[in-house]
This record gives sequence, structure tokens and C-alpha cells, in this order.
Amino acid sequence: MADKLILGGHEFQSRFILGSGKYNLRLIKAAVEQGGAQIITLALRRANTQEKENILDFIPKGVTLLPNTSGARNAEEAVRIARLARAMGCGDFVKVEIMHDAKYLFPDNYETIKATEVLAGEGFIVLPYMNPDLNVARDLQNAGAAAVMPLAAPIGSNKGLATKEMIQILIDEIDLPIIVDAGIGKPSQACEAMEMGADAIMANTAIATAGDVPAMAEAFRLAIEAGRKAYLTGMGRVLARGGSASDPLTGFLGGN
Amino acid sequence: MVTINGKQEQAAGMSILAYLQSAGYSPDKVVVERNLEIIPRDRLGAVVLEDGDSVEVLRFVGGG
Repeated sequence: MADKLILGGHEFQSRFILGSGKYNLRLIKAAVEQGGAQIITLALRRANTQEKENILDFIPKGVTLLPNTSGARNAEEAVRIARLARAMGCGDFVKVEIMHDAKYLFPDNYETIKATEVLAGEGFIVLPYMNPDLNVARDLQNAGAAAVMPLAAPIGSNKGLATKEMIQILIDEIDLPIIVDAGIGKPSQACEAMEMGADAIMANTAIATAGDVPAMAEAFRLAIEAGRKAYLTGMGRVLARGGSASDPLTGFLGGN
Repeated sequence: MVTINGKQEQAAGMSILAYLQSAGYSPDKVVVERNLEIIPRDRLGAVVLEDGDSVEVLRFVGGG
């Protein structure tokens, strides 16, 4: 199978990027395995000496770490967090995430472009989380992004493809992987985004808030694979009006 | 006094590595920034904290 997701020169078979927030560290391994995820996101926060468990001990070997810059309110803070994350020694990937709007948690596209340019110049593989906008996606591409990560709906909302039309435009016009991030709440929504031609899905809250975390990760894997296959196959046509029989229109019982 | 993760600590004169070990951090699981400068892990033993330093000790946690 030659269908691979390529990010910054790295090849992945899986098109499911798994978030690791808001659920028990002990479920991460099973979620990664049942979800087939090869990339997992992390955040950087102040350490303390009370917590003896470290998330790095719960992530299976061989999984690519994608640190985010959450907590950054502007480009300068995002660059600072990205550099610190890289100093942890876990690779060059970074998901740029810059927000200062506490109600909707929308990413700041302007600051995101600035941070992407700086970090790409420093050799990071930059995956910017963005509010879907064609001009911004072009700016991110010019700034050196390895992919763009448009939001489907406000982060953590599980509301699905609220920005569907805008994401379709990015898929059609931007020659970079499009990873739909934030707001995907159900496997069916992940499948729909993949049928539209998205290159990958990033999900966290949908899995973290599910009744069974690893089983929901598996459901997402299956949905993403189904959507990808449908996209590659070429979708059947939609009639503008009327119907079209699937059965032969001759040889009816009692006919002539 | 040294400000470490926002708290005042009696750590002046100690190397960063010695401070981390005495406080109970795992030096191989954290990243350290001193006065906005990242201290590479292999230099934690060589850099000595001074009065007035501001230090951040960070680790990875779950996130999306």
C-alpha cells in the first residue's frame, strides 16, 4: 500500500493523530494501539515533584510526539514553548496553537503565521492549528508549514464539521496535507472529512470523553480508514433530482 | 533567593542538576529555562543558580 501521509519528510501509514489530554495516562497505550495512531500530541507545563508518573513512560515506543504550544497567547510565546519542547529531545515536530480568546478558544491566525515562519526557519516541522481561511493557509504555506490544521468547530466542543465549506476549499486549493483538528466529535464526522479529501484527523476530546476511550479510538481508526478509502475510490454521483433504479427495468413478472 | 516555577527557593549556589535532584524532579524528564535561556540537559550540572535567577522547570503532560 503506497498511500502514506507525509509530514516534513516523515512517512506515516496512519491518518489519525491522537490527543492525550483529559484522560487517564494508563489508557494512552491502549488508545494508541486500538486507534493505530502513529502521532500523539502533548502539552508542556510546569513540572512538580508531587506527580511521580510521567506521560512519556506511557507512550509506546515508535510513536511520533507532536508537542503543542498551548498556553501561548502570541507568536513570541509559541516560539518559546516550541524551543523548550524541542529541548526535551523528542524530535522536531510542533503543533503551533496560539489563542487568547477564552470563550471560543479560536486560534489567532496572524500570530500563528508569524510563529510558523520563525519555527520553520529553525528547522521545526510546523503543523499550525488555524481558523480555516484560504489566504491564511497560503500564508502558512509560504511561511514553511508542513501541513495546516483547520478547526472543524470550537476546540473541545464535539460539534463536528461546522466549517465544512471552508475546509473543502483548503483541501481543493492548498498543496499541503490538511489535518482537520478540533471539534470532531464522532467517527462519522471524521469519516466525512476524510471522504472530502482531508489528509488526516486529529481528535482528543471525542475520545477522552467517550465511555470507553480505547474502543472509541478504534472506532475513529475505522471511520478514518473508511473515509480515506471512499475518497481514493471516487465517490458515486449524486442526482440533481429524481431517482435511478438499481434493478433491471425489464423482465417483470406478468410482462409481455 | 531563586524563583523556580513562580516560587521563592533557597537554591542559590547549587547547580541546576543538584537542585532538581534535591527537590525530587527527574532531570531526564524535564526541560529547564533559566532567565529565558534554555539550559541543555547535558549542562544542568555545570550551570550554577544565582541569587535573583528566574527558572522554569517544565514537563510534558497530556494535551491536544
